This record gives sequence, C-alpha cells and structure tokens, in this order.
Amino acid sequence: MAIAADPATVEAAAKNARGNRARQTGGAVSGRASRSAWLLTGVLAVCGLTVLLPLYLTVTMAFKTPEQSVDGNGFSLPAPLNPSSFADAWNLVGFPTAFVISVLVAAASVAGVIVLASLAAYAIVRQWDNKLFKYSYFYLLAAMFIPFPVIALPQVKLTAYLSLDNPVGVAVLHILFQLSFSVLLYSAFLRSIPGELEESARIDGATTWQVFWKLIFPLLAPMNATVGIFAFLAAWNDFMMPSLITANPDLQTIPVIQQIFQSSFSTDYNVAFASYLMAMAPTIIVYVFAQRWVMSGVTRGAIK
Amino acid sequence: MSAAAPARRARKKVDAAFYVMLLPALLLFTLLIIGPALAGMFFSVTNYVGYGEYSFVGLANYLVLFTDPRILSAYGFTIGFSVVTVLLVNAIALFLAVLLNSKIKFKTALRGVFFIPMVVSGIVIAYVFNYIFSTSIPAVFGGSSILANADWAWVAVVVVTAWQAIPSALIIYLAGLLAIPEEVYEASSLDGATPWRQFTAITLPLVAGYVVINTVLGFKNFLNAYDIIVGLTNGGPGTATSSVAMTIFTGFTSGDYAYQMANAVVFFVITVLISIAQLRIINRRGVSL
Repeated sequence: MAIAADPATVEAAAKNARGNRARQTGGAVSGRASRSAWLLTGVLAVCGLTVLLPLYLTVTMAFKTPEQSVDGNGFSLPAPLNPSSFADAWNLVGFPTAFVISVLVAAASVAGVIVLASLAAYAIVRQWDNKLFKYSYFYLLAAMFIPFPVIALPQVKLTAYLSLDNPVGVAVLHILFQLSFSVLLYSAFLRSIPGELEESARIDGATTWQVFWKLIFPLLAPMNATVGIFAFLAAWNDFMMPSLITANPDLQTIPVIQQIFQSSFSTDYNVAFASYLMAMAPTIIVYVFAQRWVMSGVTRGAIK
Repeated sequence: MSAAAPARRARKKVDAAFYVMLLPALLLFTLLIIGPALAGMFFSVTNYVGYGEYSFVGLANYLVLFTDPRILSAYGFTIGFSVVTVLLVNAIALFLAVLLNSKIKFKTALRGVFFIPMVVSGIVIAYVFNYIFSTSIPAVFGGSSILANADWAWVAVVVVTAWQAIPSALIIYLAGLLAIPEEVYEASSLDGATPWRQFTAITLPLVAGYVVINTVLGFKNFLNAYDIIVGLTNGGPGTATSSVAMTIFTGFTSGDYAYQMANAVVFFVITVLISIAQLRIINRRGVSL
C-alpha cells in the first residue's frame, strides 16, 4: 500500500488543470495551431471508432430480422428495421426477473458498502491511537490482495452452508470485496476533516452516532458517490461471482443469463444481440447522464 | 455512551459506539473472506474431494502441481497474456491520454467515448467480440476465425481485455498529465523544443510513477482473467487460452477440490510476490503519490 494516494492530490491536479484549460482556450488560437488541433481530433476520432464499432454492431444486429442476422458481416444496417427481437429476448431469457435481481443486488451492494465502510473508516480514523482499530485497518486492507478465484471454492461451500447461495449472498460478498478499497478511500478523506468540527458538536451534547450521521456522513457525500459508483459497476457487471455462488439458475443476474445464447440458441443472433444490448444499456445510459460524476469518481479512486 | 467519562482514567476510554461501528464490517469480513481463505489453505494439504471424508497428504498436492502440464500451461498463458496486455494497455492509454490532453476539438465528447468500455460488462462485450472475431472478420477479410486457431486465439483475448482495460489506465494517465504545469511546456517551446522532445524529456519522466501504478493495477486484474475468456474462447481451442482462474474453478466439478486449493494458494503467493516486486520498484524510484 505504499502507493496509497490521497485523493486531494488528484483533485488539486484536476483543479489546476481546469485553470490551465481555461487559459488555453481563452487565448487567441493561430491558424497553424487550429489545423493541428483538427488533425489530432481526427486521429482520436479514428481511434474512437474501435470503441464505437462493437457497440454499433450490437445495436444494428439487435434490430435485424432473423434472416438478415445470419448472413453478412454484421456491420450492415438493419433493413427492414425489426424491433421484435427485444420482445423475444425479454421473454426467452427471463429478463424481467434477472433485471429485478440485478437491480436489487447492485442497490444492496451500494448501500451496504457505503454504510459499512464509512462507519468502519470513521471508527478507525478517530480511534487511530487504539491498537484494535489501527490493526483492523491493516487487516481490512491486506485483503485487497486476495482475488476472488483464490477463495472461491471454500466460499461457495460456506455460502451454501449458510443458505446464502442466492442473490443475497452475492450482494453480501460484493459488499465485502469492495470493503477494503472503500475503507481506504473513506479513511484518506476522513483524515482531511478537522476534529474541531466534531468537538463543538460534542460540547453541545451530541453522541458519537449523532456526530456521525448528522455531521460526518453528509460531509462524506463526494466519497459516497465515488464508492457508490465503484460498487454499482462491480456488482452490476460481475459474472464470475453470481455464476458460482447462486445455485438456482432462475435467480441469476443479467450478465450470467446471457450464457444461454452460447449454448441453446446459438443461431438467433438478432435475439442474442437484443439481449446483449439490454444488458449493456443501463450502465451506458447511467454513464452518459452521470459522466461528470463517474469521471471524477474514477479519478478520485483510480490511484490506490 | 456518556460524554462525561474521560477524566477518570489516564488512558482515554473508547466510546462503545466506535466498536459497534467497526465490528459488523470486521466480523462479516472475517467470516466470509478470511475464513474461507484459511479453510482453503487447510484443505490444500488434504485429499478432500469436496464432500465426504478426507485425510492429510502433506505437500503432495503442491508437488504434483509443479509437474502438471495443464496447470503449467495455464500459468504460462496467464502470465504471458498479462505481460503482453499490460504493455499494450499502457502504450495505447498513454498515447490516447497525451492526445486527449492536447489542444483538440470536442474534448469532453471524445473523452466520454473512450471511457465507455469501462462501464460495460466483460462477459457481454466478450460475446459481442466473439461474433466479430468468428463471423464479421472472416466475412469481411476472408480466412477463418482466429478464435478457432490454437496459436492465435490468445491475441483475441488480449485485444478484448485491452479494449476494456484501457479506460482506467487512461484516466490515471490523464490525472498524471493534468498535474504537469502548463508553464513547463511553454518554457520549453520558447527554447525551441519539438513536441517529440517535450514528450520524451518532460512528459515521460513526469508520468513514470503513473506507469508503475497502471502496471501494478493491470497485472492484478489480468492475472485474474476470467469473464472475457469465458465469453470469447471458453479456454479453447483445447486449453490454449485456459487461465489460472479457470483451472481453479474446475475444482468444483472434477473432484480435485483439494488439488485446486493448492493451486489457489500458489496463485495467491505469485500474485502477492508480483505486487510486492512492483511496489519495491516504486519505492526505489522514489515515486510517492
């Protein structure tokens, strides 16, 4: 953890850069600079195609008729436009159930990580002089090195034994796997909040719980967003854990149910891609609307 | 939870509330993460098959592991694939970061596009690429599917893994580039430095620390490769793209539970050793963040 970074550095860097950018665009741009700007933009646009082409292919394939989807290279436009694949995919793979389960697992993971990690980090930072709390911090952090495959086998047995071989267990495990990193982020942030703030609240007779919920937790808002975004993406997109932990195939999350097209319906490409599109769309839509927060969240959390 | 307690003892008494805040996380964590890890280590020295009786076999599992061609090829593939992917991801991400940080049009929109791969599910995008590699590319360029070629299927795994991993490396590089003051570039261009000279003499040394971070994080993720391989090749053709994670998971079905736990322990040790080695390099370079 030698590279444990404090998010403030990155924040400051970003702020600094915003100033620079404003300065750059503020000045008059010469003709030559403008030409090179367009050239670089062109290069980036071409590179961007490698990101967009697979997504374009997913959309066009999803709107094709079964006949059109089996011939050709996949990049041709759908003609005629056939939206019925979505209804087929919706019914075929049990999309509504999987969607509800994915939403619940992701929501529980986000809420669970935010509450458990912020409370633990607060206790650790405020009681740092106490050995129990200090060593707990290193104990929690050490687990960042434990990848899921390493403990998967005994974990699957344990969750089955505890009757957690279901979406509830998946959510709990997602919370715990996010815990290390989230406690790290919260602790770094909490250290920057001065203790005087709390002392005045305590003098007014506030209990530790009141101090946390009324004073500290609202101050953690930016970090809650960061931790929440990470937890959401990890839980929503995960394939490995639910596919191993959840015993009942009817209770699977969206990424896992996509498997069905690799075996049973391997030639229904239009239905398969409609299903893939529905699986990808929620995070992309959320991303497009929450881009600013996602980016700042990732920047804040990227350097661990 | 009384506020009047302190003065009594010399050592400050800890408010019980702090214990209540910490303990749920600590207990759940111990039960569901550390517990299974210890259980796994325990079973790795037994002949447990996943159910029923078992007895101790000492280090037998570990000894067999180092001569098992299937395991060795999985380690060979996983480490080789990780090295290639780390190099590729860093090169492309740094290239894109420099471009995205220079004077360009539509900066926000372009940045937005390059971060999309980060938010899509690995398995789903692997299924899409599976179609591209096995159907689209042969249809457009001729030839047969790269996924069916035991010698070249790993390239497809690298491409898709890199496709998804570039955004997070890119964002770290952008953060690094944003931290370089604009004045440094202005001064050097007054001295007549070419853009290339600026890149090698200013940009590269100043983002060196970020290269190491991206390498550490990249390795940690790529060594655990699973989703994308399942979606692309499912470890095939044969076992050509079978990763260590995939061999460990066979412990569920093939009756070699204890054996695969030994594999997991070795895998864990290797992961930690690689991370420590990289962290040592960081410390030696004196990079602090």
